Amino acid sequence: MDAISTEAGAHHDHPTGLRRYLFSTNHKDIGTLYLVLAVVGGLIGFLMSLAIRAELSHPGISVFPGLSALLYGTDPTNLDAAKNLYNVFITAHGVLMIFFFVMPALMGGFANWFVPIMIGAPDMAFPRLNNISFWLLAASLVLLVLSMFAEGAPGSLGFGGGWVFYPPLSSNTGHPGPAMDYVILSLHLAGASSILGSINFITTIFNMRAPGMTLHKMPLFAWAMLVTAFLLVLTLPVLAGAITMLLTDRNFGTTFYDPAGGGDPILFQHLFWFFGHPEVYVLILPAFGVISHIVSTFSRKPVFGYLGMAYAMVSIGFLGCIVWAHHMYTVGLSLNAQRYFVFATMVIAVPTGIKIFSWIATMWGGSISFRAPMVWAIGFIFVFTLGGVTGVVLANASADRQLHETYYVVAHFHYTMSLGAVFAIFAAFYYWFPKMTGYLYNETLSKAHFILLFIGINLVFFPQHFLGLAGMPRRYIDYPDAFALWNYWSSVGAAIAAVSVLLFFYTVAEAFLRKREAGANPWGVGATTLEWTLSSPPPFHQFDTLPRITGSGHH
Amino acid sequence: MGMSGDRADKQSGRRAGKGAGLLVVGSVAMLILSFASVPLYRAFCAATGFGGTTQVAKLAPAKPGERRLSVRFDANVARDLPWRFEPETPRIVLRTGETATVYYKVVNLSDQETAGVAAYNVSPDQAGAYFDKLACFCFSEQKLAPHESAEWPVVFFLDPALEADETMKRVEEITLSYSFFASKKPKESKPEESKPTGAASALAAKPKS
Repeated sequence: MDAISTEAGAHHDHPTGLRRYLFSTNHKDIGTLYLVLAVVGGLIGFLMSLAIRAELSHPGISVFPGLSALLYGTDPTNLDAAKNLYNVFITAHGVLMIFFFVMPALMGGFANWFVPIMIGAPDMAFPRLNNISFWLLAASLVLLVLSMFAEGAPGSLGFGGGWVFYPPLSSNTGHPGPAMDYVILSLHLAGASSILGSINFITTIFNMRAPGMTLHKMPLFAWAMLVTAFLLVLTLPVLAGAITMLLTDRNFGTTFYDPAGGGDPILFQHLFWFFGHPEVYVLILPAFGVISHIVSTFSRKPVFGYLGMAYAMVSIGFLGCIVWAHHMYTVGLSLNAQRYFVFATMVIAVPTGIKIFSWIATMWGGSISFRAPMVWAIGFIFVFTLGGVTGVVLANASADRQLHETYYVVAHFHYTMSLGAVFAIFAAFYYWFPKMTGYLYNETLSKAHFILLFIGINLVFFPQHFLGLAGMPRRYIDYPDAFALWNYWSSVGAAIAAVSVLLFFYTVAEAFLRKREAGANPWGVGATTLEWTLSSPPPFHQFDTLPRITGSGHH
Repeated sequence: MGMSGDRADKQSGRRAGKGAGLLVVGSVAMLILSFASVPLYRAFCAATGFGGTTQVAKLAPAKPGERRLSVRFDANVARDLPWRFEPETPRIVLRTGETATVYYKVVNLSDQETAGVAAYNVSPDQAGAYFDKLACFCFSEQKLAPHESAEWPVVFFLDPALEADETMKRVEEITLSYSFFASKKPKESKPEESKPTGAASALAAKPKS
């Protein structure tokens, strides 16, 4: 046996330094790279949102003229430059948070780290492809940042048409400069990265499960990634098609979206949302998976209704693909089309409700310990339910016609994403940090982080419901005095959230400096998935002998 | 791992490759479908009259129907096409199954030859399936010499089948709308307005292949 393991050790060399990460084919190292990228992308996106909230804290235009002078060297009294930069910021904030924060954190980071371990596999199915996926995303981020410094609308820099890129604003009519072309190419790379990553995950999950681990015994996080990966493989090519048509419209004289040549700008919206709606489930399904494990671990009970939880995710994924036009109630859809999309959208509340009730039922009668990850997970369930309820409101075409493009919509999707997905990311981070690094963090600090962020971000977004109902439209740099009160409190919330982010970095730094040993399983008997059977941090190559899954229990 | 392990590895590797191949095929199929959605949607609209798409007929119906509806005519010209374009009459009343001919008057206001293509549909949307055109200037690109004027006919009828459609019961008036755009065909000299707007100048500034 000794000879064999030495041979295996010689076969898999253990690169160090720059080579270890640049050329990495190790799922854990690539996961770490993704997490670092997510921190970078998320931090830039967060700083942009702080600038936006600072601008909106009082009526009038006060922050962005100076910011534009700082970034682009424009005249500090030039209001048009300020307005353009504001539009560029809201656009970049959206793209960064979706493609360079939530996706790399949940899909790239945690899924790369833990899907192979949870299913008892030594690594991903295509380790080199995994490396390509990561570096494509890094290149994509560079292109996105470059676009902010290329000409967009005549005489101004960057693309400011919102993350949805609707033509004609994103075509030659609105942004003839190359900024939009940079954005399109950036999305092409990010899309290719995600498609390759998804193919890798699906193949890994189907072919590399440990002996005895049937699909119906597979941990829910792996189930979540399986559904997510299928969504990406099926819908990202449609986004690629939509933006390729936009690219040829812009540069090669085609008229897919130009009515003058027989095209239709609404086509772009259909194609975009055929991708865009499943994309929001891509962001939230991995969060569902993580939350199931955390709730189960800290209630010391198996997940309530395991199969129901797994198939709820499958049906959310399927339904997510057939409701795209509920983003487009105001484009002139026929009434019958609206009726269908209203109904189909509301049906999603059923599997989502199954998940939320199952989490609560998992906690019910459990021996709950309120460790930091559990607190974050309960926070997630609370804010995500709130965001889900406003989602059901907006699903009504008749209500949406009033609320479309108002702050009510902004509040809704930030409750599901900025609070929901982000709380899940922090829950996962605090759950797996001891496993990934081998060190314990300070519980009190991480709970303080939770309390600050919970108060701060609820203060940011809850008043935005009021603003939206009062009729305040999105995407403007300024507003009438009537909206001043709740905008002020929303901005105060952003300042509190900023303090919590500082506290987060301090918590992480403190954990690395103090080096408190975590041990293989810091969470006790509730933590039953395979990653807790390994040392912390896990060995560079795990499962030289594949684990055997016995018994009827699922993980 | 011994020999059997190697063989198992190779086998599972082949299985993984096959699975990944299928997924690549799936995503390429979705990419193709996104482009195919353009002709597919056009064919769907032409077949069903969805979105107020008018129908093309070869023959007028043999016998007229019962209902009388009014038909309104709407005409628009895009900013970058120097034409005046208007219907001869704003509105007619027509019995279903009867064929009507209506003329549109058009003038080229510029000193150059210009070409235009019309986009068109009818409102309300559900009327599209019953609005049949026998002949129309909108079926092809139209050219006008400098300062040329013309009268272009539309020959159409309302399909008597609309009387059986529940959703057409309360429709008393159908609007036929045309919007003329400058032809986008290559090598067509782009008409320049004396004072181009910002958007138009941006369009013109972008080199087209």
